[in-house]
Amino acid sequence: MTKQVQQLDRVIIRFAGDSGDGMQLTGDRFTAETAQFGNDLSTLPNFPAEIRAPAGTLPGVSSFQLHFADHDILTPGDAPNVLVAMNPAALKANLADLPRGADIIANTDEFTKRNLAKVGYDANPLEDDSLKEWRLHAVPLTSLTVRALEGFDISKKDAERAKNMFALGLLSWLYNRPTEGTIKFLETKFARKPEIAKANIAAFQAGWNYGETTESFSVSYEVKPATLPPGTYRNISGNQALAYGLIAASVQAKLPLFLGSYPITPASDILHELSKHKRFGVRTFQAEDEIAGVGAALGAAFGGSLGVTTTSGPGIALKSETIGLAVATELPLIIVDVQRAGPSTGMPTKTEQTDLLIAMFGRNGESPVPVLAAATPSDCFTMAIEAARIALKYRTPVMLLSDGYLANGSEPWRIPEISELPDISVPFATEPNGDDGTTYLPFKRDPETLARPWAVPGTPGLEHRIGGIEKADGAGNISYDPDNHDRMVRLRQAKIDGIDVPDLTVDDPDGDARVLVLGWGSTYGPIAAAVRRARAAGHKVAQAHLRHLNPLPANTGEVLRSYDKVLLPEINLGQLAMLLRARYLVDVISYNRVRGLPFKAAELAAVIQDVIESD
Amino acid sequence: MTDNLNGKGLALIPRAETKQSLKDFKSDQEVRWCPGCGDYAILAAVQSFLPELGLKRENIVFVSGIGCSSRFPYYLNTYGMHSIHGRAPAIATGLAASRPDLSVWVITGDGDALSIGGNHLIHALRRNVNLNILLFNNRIYGLTKGQYSPTSEIGKITKSTPMGSLDKPFNPVSLALGAEASFVARTIDSDRKHLQSVLRQAAEHRGASLVEIYQNCNIFNDGAFDTLKDPSTRDEITIRLEHGQPIVFGTGDNERAVRLSPTGGVEVVRRAEVADSEILVHDAHNPDPSVAFALSRLDEPAFEHVPIGVFRSVDRPSYDQLMNEQVQTATADKGPGDLAELLHGGDTWTIR
Ligand SMILES: Cc1ncc(C[n+]2csc(CCOP(=O)(O)OP(=O)(O)O)c2C)c(N)n1
Ligand code: SF4
Ligand SMILES: [Mg+2]
Repeated sequence: MTKQVQQLDRVIIRFAGDSGDGMQLTGDRFTAETAQFGNDLSTLPNFPAEIRAPAGTLPGVSSFQLHFADHDILTPGDAPNVLVAMNPAALKANLADLPRGADIIANTDEFTKRNLAKVGYDANPLEDDSLKEWRLHAVPLTSLTVRALEGFDISKKDAERAKNMFALGLLSWLYNRPTEGTIKFLETKFARKPEIAKANIAAFQAGWNYGETTESFSVSYEVKPATLPPGTYRNISGNQALAYGLIAASVQAKLPLFLGSYPITPASDILHELSKHKRFGVRTFQAEDEIAGVGAALGAAFGGSLGVTTTSGPGIALKSETIGLAVATELPLIIVDVQRAGPSTGMPTKTEQTDLLIAMFGRNGESPVPVLAAATPSDCFTMAIEAARIALKYRTPVMLLSDGYLANGSEPWRIPEISELPDISVPFATEPNGDDGTTYLPFKRDPETLARPWAVPGTPGLEHRIGGIEKADGAGNISYDPDNHDRMVRLRQAKIDGIDVPDLTVDDPDGDARVLVLGWGSTYGPIAAAVRRARAAGHKVAQAHLRHLNPLPANTGEVLRSYDKVLLPEINLGQLAMLLRARYLVDVISYNRVRGLPFKAAELAAVIQDVIESD
Repeated sequence: MTDNLNGKGLALIPRAETKQSLKDFKSDQEVRWCPGCGDYAILAAVQSFLPELGLKRENIVFVSGIGCSSRFPYYLNTYGMHSIHGRAPAIATGLAASRPDLSVWVITGDGDALSIGGNHLIHALRRNVNLNILLFNNRIYGLTKGQYSPTSEIGKITKSTPMGSLDKPFNPVSLALGAEASFVARTIDSDRKHLQSVLRQAAEHRGASLVEIYQNCNIFNDGAFDTLKDPSTRDEITIRLEHGQPIVFGTGDNERAVRLSPTGGVEVVRRAEVADSEILVHDAHNPDPSVAFALSRLDEPAFEHVPIGVFRSVDRPSYDQLMNEQVQTATADKGPGDLAELLHGGDTWTIR
């Protein structure tokens, strides 16, 4: 039987199941196949903070959404076209996001009385009429998998566990994905358990064959590769890109990388990734707490390493005092904050943009710190190098903001040539800099950058003492002189204000839009997608995105003032809006939702339309 | 294989080409402790002992926390960082782990090391970071003007405890031994010879060395260690531990000895009442820290007898060594990192 193949320009799939069902792995594999095929894509994993919430319950549902297309796309998509529901909880938790007419592939084997009752279904929704507005494909995924694996020397449990690979095979058939990558992946993953490897591959192939033969699926779909700019691509998540960016920064700075860190969701993967790359001279130190993590990084920076600490919001709160010490001692240091929902523990696996103000101001005294924010998962690579560049050039701690959405989300990334990366190396001080030719003045600044010299232990003749007590301008001895303090406070501020930051660029195709949508950080994708929609609907709207938040690009005020209205969506209660209003006296219009989730493009498109149409 | 650098604590640190003197180690900063403070004696002892180590001055770093004692680095013409309260061991860990060629010293007070910084201290000790930690114990908060500290005796009347403190104090030596520090010693500000000999042994030990220094704060806790200094009581109280020597102290009729007790600890007995064979011979290199711990309890409850000297000095690879070994192993296995190769790892595809 040959089946019809239908062309689509884009598809959004959501895999949902119990935490133990392997949905993240299934999603990752489908993503890898899709990347290999050459589609543009964007992903959104969504998992519970609990490692194993009780099986079959709503809190235990884990999902992975993937958007792929034959053109460039910006977000993981608002609403899935296809939901794979491995159990009743997965169906119940995700149905509200599913537009009518979408496909539901449900694992009928799990829709037992007991499982239905667990999530409050009185009747089996696969059997009553409640899903009639969707296209339901009821597939006994578990029993089909078990049957397909009958000849294998594995336990029933292991056979059942392979059902996610059966589902992956079915979906791979449905969307004509290449399969070699997954087969190779399974061979490597289970290299030490060849029978399990074979069984999983068999389940995967059985899923594919099931699609081809069953009548439940009459069409399969094809999404042509996207035409992205030429180059070699890979799929990359924000945390991986950030870790690679830090390694690249260390190579480009010709300094060994020292990471001091304490595990915390969603930042831990940066620690995990960096600890794999000791060949680059990377030293990773899992400290006793966040204070020690940043302290060790600062100590290593004093010794001439590229010092880095990675954490999330609660960790930033603990690091504040040490970051202040880095401000006072004027040593290079990178602090990465992968933001998550707060306050306090908040919702560890959910995303938010609520740490902008603590990054800006969360220290005692006048203690300015440059703040950067990555816009997309792959932008984490670029911004990590940029953070290092600023830290080294100006001898200052730098805050780099990412968030849960960027950290775990992924997108194709055109791998840069090494020759495209900036040289960010700076010289250590090696000679006395005093007028007498013999003394060393640790706080004598470069007249251009206002950076102080960086003399590392081991350099003869430059022995000096730094610390948290106020220092005399130039000589660097302890000073309680009132005028010196005032001067030092202003010098530290002037140094940060003077950091070279690229101008803010505005995307306005016709050049005559009257409304600007401004964003920062991970809202880039949803805002850009929404702006596209608004333009497609005939509206004129300009877009600009800030990646440097302190100092702001020099033309920011000018850009803001040149529009009638500035709309600023933020996943907080208006933190950047507050800064912009205070700084530029521009009455920006805030749009705020703090749901632990990224904005949806449709949601923002509606807001843009409202702002354009309202007077 | 880990090269055994133990006993060769200074092996990786470049040596000075010319002979150095005390003057080389004095900074030009005016020393600002209260007149009579025990910190002066410790500073003088350190300034005059450092040249003897024969290390390049630029490879010596002093890192301190906050407190009167923590001003120390400003007065030495080496590299230094006066950091924040309690965090010096953490900061120094990053420095020492990334720079095996440095002799890194941590200067800390009883409050700095044992209150706010207690966590960092025990972790630096268990990791055996290559640090010499000098804990200035004056049993009081000096800089904040006289509140009780985690080493103050129970019932201490201070500004913050007008009815007496309630907390049982830490014994820093017991604490360090409990954290399995590889080198633990105690000395006194007023005994320069002893102080310098202990410092020398600490410097030569590769790994974490904790040296508790009894330090008199003559403003807020004057005389805390007088019984250990007063010639009329000193020798009756002080137990001078020396590796390989039987532990005896006191004079004349009052001569006493230390032996293992039936309860598993150690006890003080009259010298005349025990056979020589019963007297405990101090073994600082004993891999089992139990006896050292028992010795550290001898000052309980009320400073009746106080052991000083090196309680424990054992070989254990230092943290920087282990960290470097991993870097070297990873590099030896697969060659030095290649950035282009890293970025192109995993599944890639090419668009022309
Ligand atoms: C975060 C923080 N909390 C409190 C203080 C105030 N403070 C400074 S030194 C000190 C105690 C010092 O006692 P100790 O470590 O025994 O040093 P000493 O002055 O006795 O040498 C305190 C509480 C501080 N500097 N920083
Ligand atoms: S307060 Fe005490 S410890 Fe501090 S300088 Fe004065 S005497 Fe020394
Ligand atoms: Mg004290």
